[in-house]
Amino acid sequence: MAAGLPGRTVLQRLDLAAHEAAPAALTLVLVFASCLPPLVPGQSGLLPSALPASVFFWTLYRPRLMAPPAVFLLGLVQDLLSGAPLGVNTLLALLMHATVLTQRRVLVRQSFLIVWIAFVILASALLALGWVLRCLLALALLPVLPPLLELGLVVAFYPAFSWFFVRLERSLAAP
Amino acid sequence: MIRVSVPLRQAIARLVLPVLIAASFALMLLGKAETVIAERARVALADLLVPVYGVLSRPIGAVQDAIEAVRGLAELHAENARLREENARLRRWYDVAMALEAENLALRAVLNVPADPTPGFITARVVADTGTSYARSVLVSTGPRHAVRKGQVALDRNGLVGRVSEVGSRSARILLVTDINSRIPVQIERTGARAILAGTNGPAPRLQHWADGQQPQPGDRVVTSAQAGAFPAGLPVGTVRIGQGGVIEVEPAADLNRLAFVRLHDYGLSGILPPEQVVPPRRRGGG
Repeated sequence: MAAGLPGRTVLQRLDLAAHEAAPAALTLVLVFASCLPPLVPGQSGLLPSALPASVFFWTLYRPRLMAPPAVFLLGLVQDLLSGAPLGVNTLLALLMHATVLTQRRVLVRQSFLIVWIAFVILASALLALGWVLRCLLALALLPVLPPLLELGLVVAFYPAFSWFFVRLERSLAAP
Repeated sequence: MIRVSVPLRQAIARLVLPVLIAASFALMLLGKAETVIAERARVALADLLVPVYGVLSRPIGAVQDAIEAVRGLAELHAENARLREENARLRRWYDVAMALEAENLALRAVLNVPADPTPGFITARVVADTGTSYARSVLVSTGPRHAVRKGQVALDRNGLVGRVSEVGSRSARILLVTDINSRIPVQIERTGARAILAGTNGPAPRLQHWADGQQPQPGDRVVTSAQAGAFPAGLPVGTVRIGQGGVIEVEPAADLNRLAFVRLHDYGLSGILPPEQVVPPRRRGGG
């Protein structure tokens, strides 16, 4: 309906739709890319999952472009790709989205360092919850070291992802 | 589009998040109760993505090779000396193997034992590493017309990699031996003692449940055991070592960090998969 405003051509509408879909589409590509074979042997996958960083960033700066259904679908794709129990990544991504929404007003004005620290805290809490959920689903005590390594990578890669997203966000802001 | 009043639209927007969170929990239960649906969805996504991964993993393979080549240059001299020595040793083993094979054939002829059938295999390219902190698996591209079945054994050039856990129309997922859900009956080559190789999601799976007094020693070679009909006997798995905290683990012979191609062997064993998941072998040729 918003796209149905008078005076907009089909091309303009397409352009608008492309703008609105860009963050979710980029995240989808990054989720797929995370499963490419690693460059350096020993890693699992080419990149750590971009899902937490992306949901965090876009919910913080452009919540309208990272709506709950998109978050849900991205989590589902991640679950299906990794062959892990379904529903865990969708839940974690939605909780990330919900938490950032409540803290948005405070966080959006902070410096990059503070935002990164907030991401570290949130990602740690959610990955811990993910570990608990997976233990419950597997009915076993799962090893702790691999998720800790994953957390390290996710946190360490946040600035890189963030730099990338900022570029996209600026180009979206100035169409 | 249906026109709804602003308050109603706001109310719906506010409901979306809780409903989706509830849907996530429902998915968890569904994934537990209805494994077939979850598997079908996974296979469909894998089939869709495997051609893309197939194209993208080629340049990555080239970069990997370049990195390896640069790394190899530094150690060229030492590597060369090591290979010369190994070559000399292998030549000796080659002579021994040839002599033993001749003797074996002669003895088989005397005893009228039919030779073991050579199992057929197909080679598939690993296109995606779908490993996470909680599961270790890779996707292979199998081509549209293939005879890959669930439960088949996957080997790289050095040893056991895992087994096929899902099969799509042009992709297959291989559950690696390091996955936490992987349990493989093995035996120690030296003593013949049986044990279970259990994945931990770490780089080295652990040995469990060996008989009393038959503790595996570091350096022992581990091979698969035909127990339970899951694997053919004697496939190389790895070497025993003592891990952190005195746990007995196995260093896999296969290079699980750099899987490029795997051989999917058809030994015709139904394995430890439940009977309903095993499709009877398709007749090849002749039609």
